[in-house]
Amino acid sequence: MTAFLTTIIVLFIAVAIWQMVKIFDLAQLGASNDQVATDKDNKLNGYLMIGFLIFIYAITIACFIYLGDQPLVSNSASEHGLEIDSLMIISMVVIFIVQIFTQFLLHYFAFKYRGEKGRKALFYADNNTLEAIWTFIPVIVLAGLIIYGLFTWSSVMNIDESEDPIIIELYAQQFNWKARYAGEDNTLGMANVRLIDIDRANILGLDESDPNAQDDVITTELHLPVNRPVLFKMRSQDVLHSAYMPHFRAQMNCVPGMITQFGFTPTITTAEMRLNPDIVEKVANINAIRADKKEEIEARGQELLYEFDYLLLCNKICGKSHYNMQMKIVVETEEEFNAWMSEQKNFENSLIN
Amino acid sequence: MSEHAETHTHDDHGHHHHKETFVTKYIFSQDHKMIAKQYLITGVIVMGIIGILMSLMIRMQLAWPEKPNVLFEFFLGKWAPGGVMDADIYLALVTIHGTLMVFFVLTAGLSGTFSNLLIPLQIGARDMASGFLNMISYWLFFLSCIFMIVSFFVEAGPAAAGWTIYPPLSALPQAQGGSGAGMTLWLVSMAIFIASSLLGSLNYIVTVINLRTKGMSMTRLPLTIWAFFVTAIIGVISFPVLLSAALLLIMDRSFGTSFFLSDIFIQGEVLHYQGGSPVLFEHLFWFLGHPEVYIVLLPALGITSEIIATNSRKPIFGYRAMVMSILAIAFLSTIVWGHHMFISGMNPFLGSVFTFTTLLIAIPSAVKAFNYITTLWKGNLQMNPAMLFSIGLVSTFITGGLTGIILGDSALDINVHDTYFVVAHFHLVMGISALYGVFAGIYHWFPRMFGRMMNKNLGYLHFWITAISAYGVFFPMHFIGMAGLPRRYYTNSNFPLFDDTTNAQVVITVFALIGGTVQLVFLYNFIRSIFYGKKAPMNPWKSNTLEWTAPVEHMHGNWPGEIPHVHRWAYDYSKPGHEDDYVPQNVPLYDGEEELQH
Repeated sequence: MTAFLTTIIVLFIAVAIWQMVKIFDLAQLGASNDQVATDKDNKLNGYLMIGFLIFIYAITIACFIYLGDQPLVSNSASEHGLEIDSLMIISMVVIFIVQIFTQFLLHYFAFKYRGEKGRKALFYADNNTLEAIWTFIPVIVLAGLIIYGLFTWSSVMNIDESEDPIIIELYAQQFNWKARYAGEDNTLGMANVRLIDIDRANILGLDESDPNAQDDVITTELHLPVNRPVLFKMRSQDVLHSAYMPHFRAQMNCVPGMITQFGFTPTITTAEMRLNPDIVEKVANINAIRADKKEEIEARGQELLYEFDYLLLCNKICGKSHYNMQMKIVVETEEEFNAWMSEQKNFENSLIN
Repeated sequence: MSEHAETHTHDDHGHHHHKETFVTKYIFSQDHKMIAKQYLITGVIVMGIIGILMSLMIRMQLAWPEKPNVLFEFFLGKWAPGGVMDADIYLALVTIHGTLMVFFVLTAGLSGTFSNLLIPLQIGARDMASGFLNMISYWLFFLSCIFMIVSFFVEAGPAAAGWTIYPPLSALPQAQGGSGAGMTLWLVSMAIFIASSLLGSLNYIVTVINLRTKGMSMTRLPLTIWAFFVTAIIGVISFPVLLSAALLLIMDRSFGTSFFLSDIFIQGEVLHYQGGSPVLFEHLFWFLGHPEVYIVLLPALGITSEIIATNSRKPIFGYRAMVMSILAIAFLSTIVWGHHMFISGMNPFLGSVFTFTTLLIAIPSAVKAFNYITTLWKGNLQMNPAMLFSIGLVSTFITGGLTGIILGDSALDINVHDTYFVVAHFHLVMGISALYGVFAGIYHWFPRMFGRMMNKNLGYLHFWITAISAYGVFFPMHFIGMAGLPRRYYTNSNFPLFDDTTNAQVVITVFALIGGTVQLVFLYNFIRSIFYGKKAPMNPWKSNTLEWTAPVEHMHGNWPGEIPHVHRWAYDYSKPGHEDDYVPQNVPLYDGEEELQH
């Protein structure tokens, strides 16, 4: 019945729009109308072009005011994130200058040179100097961006083993994350999904005979000591996932059958970040929005009050619950980290015999 | 379209003439103009409506997540129990929307319509090199549409692994429902689609090379033809690679091979696959996938070049540079695919190489944009709806293209990869731009296709509301992406972190609904004008190209008498020494007239 009523309503709306358009259409009939733009049309649309230019600028400004405080270009919580942020800001500045300038020329010319009967356009087919100018200016600007970008990329992707990074495996499965710490030897034990033995709680498929595996620690929360380089080894047991840690400007796909890696150094603890004025403001804003939707949120069984936490998200389509595949990241001081770690069970002791 | 075409007998050019029946004229037609119309109706109109409807449902889900919606209940049936959209079907909608828009609407629909219509007419040919292949190409396309539509109705749902169908998600029915029969049908449909596309492309290439009329040298070709020609070449180079990827995926899915799969534990069991790599699939997919962007975009840019020149009453600025940049874009497009894979786990050094080649594409793109702008300068702009859509295309091409500088930069891509920033970028630069190209082309060549004019005022209404909605939808989306919101999330209600983007989601959806609804104005205008539009004169836009020298009524062989000869390039608008502000290509140079060296 609902479906039937919906059909009728949709049908009526369609008919109504059709009729309105038809009235609009028929109202034009009187005028001599060969459906080719007249001077009047040119004038109207010329002015609308200027209006549209203003609209583009307005929406740009509105976006910056209402959405411009997003965290991805500020408050990076990792060392390399600062480099990425400054590259991002420089690229953004270049883009916005070009955008504002070219959109102006395009729409202003469309307005300025709107057609009039009897005027003849300038026959101007070519100019090699102009072509050279707008070939070489982009070449120079892009050369700068490319070189800057490549230096940043190699510094981000370069993993310096000599800094003694703490080695952590990020293990992805539909639809959750696990972290595996390498333990005291800082060497991850061998693992393969063929060795998974759910009955014995060997959920990541560690090689039980590998001595390096014995002290590995498997957790469902990711804790990181601040200012210590971390080297993540990513693994997936089923489909592609992507370990996305936006606050740290870090992302790498988790690919079944291979181990991928990404390294960074967290620089701000969760506690410190919560005190950051930008984050305080953002959290207050979010909580105000959440307060408006109180019933809905409580019906979902979620906490009403939001508190800032770093997150690891899945960012590669991985199936039905892709939208809810996350893990909390806690960045803390070395002491807090060690205290937390000492509470965790190592692999040897977590097996069910 | 009318009875005259059927009864014409003045076939004095020796063209073979059969008695036409309804079936040979409207269904199994070998005439390029009829095939163009078939592509237009099937590819652009029907598949376009389905694709847009899907996008609106996606948008409504994102703005009002997990809320009952009568439209969901109506369109999705069992997938929206009580009107609340299911997470599985959300991914299916995303997947099929992408597939339909990229392949069916903007590849087959766009090239199929305008390459078919314009290549023979603009180069001065009686028809395509092979009318029969052309017909087969359309019917294979039709068949692939049928398979794709059938896949909506299978028990476990249509393909839902994203339009990029990365394995293992797309390979394992255990991983998601859509990877069962739905994915099989998707792959079969795409395999047929690729066959159709290849036949079409080969035909276009051969026709452009062999069937140009006397005097139509390559340097006198209209830019539309250059764009279609180069597009067809890119298609022939890259589509077979996707076909091979699809075939290997079919092997993995159905015959137990391990091309793309290895070490998989799913739903409590270890699968036998060993030694394959999903990254290999990504390489194969994007070897087509990136050129595909230009397969979609170049024809739109070609159409725009033609329309902007005609309506500016000025030669296109820098013809030679325009051709060069089309060729440069085409060449570069085949060596940049890795920028979709910076964080796929491939060697970071490759990332550097692909960053370099990718950012190079900005150079020919910038040349094109500036040439369009300079063409407007000191013109006498005739603001026909086609012209508005062309200017709109340049605008979205710039806005969308610029963010490519961020996404193409491997270091920056780390953080915006697969967020809404990407969604905003590619929708503007290839989605909206190419759609504007389609609309511009329809408004401009409607008189040539149907012998009637479309209503211009409805065209203006259509353009302005569409233009505002397009920016309203995709501009704020960049900022949501910069907040780190991943794409393809059914809802972000499990992430309080993103709660401050929810208002923007609603605004975007409202713009999308307005933009979607206003397409009904276009649909009305299109359908009504076919039957009741004002009869078109032979050359309504006072254009130079050859298609406007052919009679309004369609006929086999295009021209009743001899094929016109070409004496000049296509852009002699407002040329000094001529009374009119246009000089068609078939008008000989007068004594002492200088032809521009192009």
